[in-house]
Amino acid sequence: MPEVPRKAALVLAASVSVALFATACTGQPGSGANDDASKDTTINFWHAWSAPNEVKGVQALVDGFEKAHPNIHVNVVGNMTDDKMNQALRTGGDKAPDVISSFTTNNVGKFCSSGALVDLNPLFKKAGIDAGRTFPKAMNEYTQFDGKRCTAPLLGDAYGLYYNKTAFEKAGIKQAPRTWSEFEADAKALTIPDGDGFKQLGVMPTYHGWETTTEHLFAQFSPRYFDADGKSNVAKDPAFEKAYTFQKKLVDELGGFQKLEKYRATLGDEWGPKHPFHTGQVAMQLDGEWRLGMAEEAKPGFEIGVAPLPVPDGQESQYGKGYITGTITGIAATSRKQNAAWEFVKYISTDTDAVVGFANAIHNVPSTLAALKSPKLKYDPRFKTFLDIAADTNSTTTPASINGGQYLVTVQQLGYDYESGKQKDLKAGLEKAAHQIDTDIAQAE
Amino acid sequence: MTTVTLASKRRRAALRTLAFMSPWLIGFAVFFAYPLISTVYFSFMHYDGFNPPTWSGAKNWTYVFENYPLFWPALRNTLWLVVIMVALRVLFGLGIGLLITKIKTGTGVFRTLFYLPYLAPPVAATMAFAFLLNPGTGPVNSLLEKAGIPAPGWFNDPTWSKPALTLLALWGIGDLMVIFMAALLDVPTEQYEAAELDGASPWQRFRYVTLPNISPIVMFAVVTGVIQTMQYYTQPLIAGKVASGVIQGAGTMFEPGYPDKSTLTLPQLVYNLGFQRFDYGSACVVALVLFVLSMAFTSLLMRRRGGLMQAGD
Repeated sequence: MPEVPRKAALVLAASVSVALFATACTGQPGSGANDDASKDTTINFWHAWSAPNEVKGVQALVDGFEKAHPNIHVNVVGNMTDDKMNQALRTGGDKAPDVISSFTTNNVGKFCSSGALVDLNPLFKKAGIDAGRTFPKAMNEYTQFDGKRCTAPLLGDAYGLYYNKTAFEKAGIKQAPRTWSEFEADAKALTIPDGDGFKQLGVMPTYHGWETTTEHLFAQFSPRYFDADGKSNVAKDPAFEKAYTFQKKLVDELGGFQKLEKYRATLGDEWGPKHPFHTGQVAMQLDGEWRLGMAEEAKPGFEIGVAPLPVPDGQESQYGKGYITGTITGIAATSRKQNAAWEFVKYISTDTDAVVGFANAIHNVPSTLAALKSPKLKYDPRFKTFLDIAADTNSTTTPASINGGQYLVTVQQLGYDYESGKQKDLKAGLEKAAHQIDTDIAQAE
Repeated sequence: MTTVTLASKRRRAALRTLAFMSPWLIGFAVFFAYPLISTVYFSFMHYDGFNPPTWSGAKNWTYVFENYPLFWPALRNTLWLVVIMVALRVLFGLGIGLLITKIKTGTGVFRTLFYLPYLAPPVAATMAFAFLLNPGTGPVNSLLEKAGIPAPGWFNDPTWSKPALTLLALWGIGDLMVIFMAALLDVPTEQYEAAELDGASPWQRFRYVTLPNISPIVMFAVVTGVIQTMQYYTQPLIAGKVASGVIQGAGTMFEPGYPDKSTLTLPQLVYNLGFQRFDYGSACVVALVLFVLSMAFTSLLMRRRGGLMQAGD
């Protein structure tokens, strides 16, 4: 056996790798809006819904569109995660989506800044649709970034307060709390300790308490996440300090972090029938509009009350506001059928009857002002609370950022550290968080 | 003429050799050399996966080492798992292997019982462990409390989350057990007989007969264990997610590592940076750190193998 010629092997390996390496920088496949939307065509629509009633609702929405546009056929792919969508948006191709919908509004900044989704502003303008007058204020805000509107709202989520009316009566509480100090008093009155745990907990205040995240809870304090220069405002806006302090005080008053976390580990999961609000283990719950249907389906054995979340003391005039988020839809930059895709996006996001029908089917908040007022909207009277929160001009959302919701993760991380006692000096923690947010944004630019 | 013939013969031999080597060479180029060169290239680029990459110098490296708050906790956790988990897996696998080779009856039953958990899909196994080790409702803590032993918080406690992951890894020890059993059964019985005649105690027989004979297999188990643990991704991610109670819903952001970054591993960072934050440059830096660490550990182990391997191995 002759000795292996090293040079030859090296040359071969190097040439193959160089040839392959050269293909790494070929850029994106061509895209554009040169297709004729009046011709027979098929577009791919990827969405994230998975529950049977949701999938049925999506299909009904698509059927309505195909009836209105007989030449455009829609190939629907459901149960798609953001991660899969990100990859498909990057690679493109015949099987990739022309239109996507995602639950993560926090990704809008990433989608817009990277150019993964096309700017819809020129298309809205061409169609004579004023987005500012079509969508509720908060939804209008979270669907754009840096002057680009690369998404449109496709139904929304509004966050409010669910409370156990039976437990309230037993505790002698007449109505839902309207301020945080009332909320604090009610939470303590509703808490019944039981050894290491609780027979009933007024509210699960820790940030791992399902929807009690910093972004949802802090909305009631109307914080400004960024200043005019786009720098983090976390250390400068007193709303953050107030919000962190309020939550920490509640954690300490209801038994302390360790006891609450241990108790939380015993509770059912968020999306199952054994959610602690359904079972009566937790008397108040910050949650989205979908909880009402889920809770009633679980036959809780008590009367469910619904109200807007409390506001800070002294801001009672703003009672009724809440945090708004929702599903977003957009057109892939890699799509070769952008005109047909726009017809579809325009229909599902702005056609009043389509939006109302879809909202009725999946019990979400409609995402246009006209649909919110539509007489065709069917709902449980308590659901109106969420419609009002969505329409409230004081309701807020979290702003889009170039790196998606990374700044919210940093704010949340400080919350974890502060509630557990790991971060004792809140001011120093806020400074550090602000610096981290600015560093992360600089890294993404 | 003779020289030409000789040269052409050599060339033909070289080409023949290359032709036989080409499947491996192509595989090496496509699946190792090219990705490695690409990773180095992208670690110096600002690349979001959508727009063409642009040169950013050492910015990604600086960011990962100085400004990315998850990097050092993830590195510490990964090294902890490499040292503790791998050592315990090898010891436990060898112990079980020794035990089963010594058993006279029911060997097949025990072999099956110990091997079966290895076949469980990692996601299902992790979720089952999260249920068993639930600090409030799990049967393990109920038993511990009944026995008067203080029950740990397991996956809900930063101090206990990695030991809990180690328990999960020991539960799925079937692969190592089989390898060690094969090695132990291969040890020549006459060596044991000779040692017994010389009056060697059971420990001496293990130390001077068993261990030298199975040292190449121990080496193999350690090296592959280190490489596997460097790629440890699924179990810590699932354990953290299940224990935290956070299931990504509409508009919620999830950061891996619950509780308190204690289950973060480097591969989770690669995924988080690259596919969730669109920061491929920084993801490549973390991937290269993983590569260098794996190479360093493997080289160190291979150099030190003199103490573990017999001459001629």
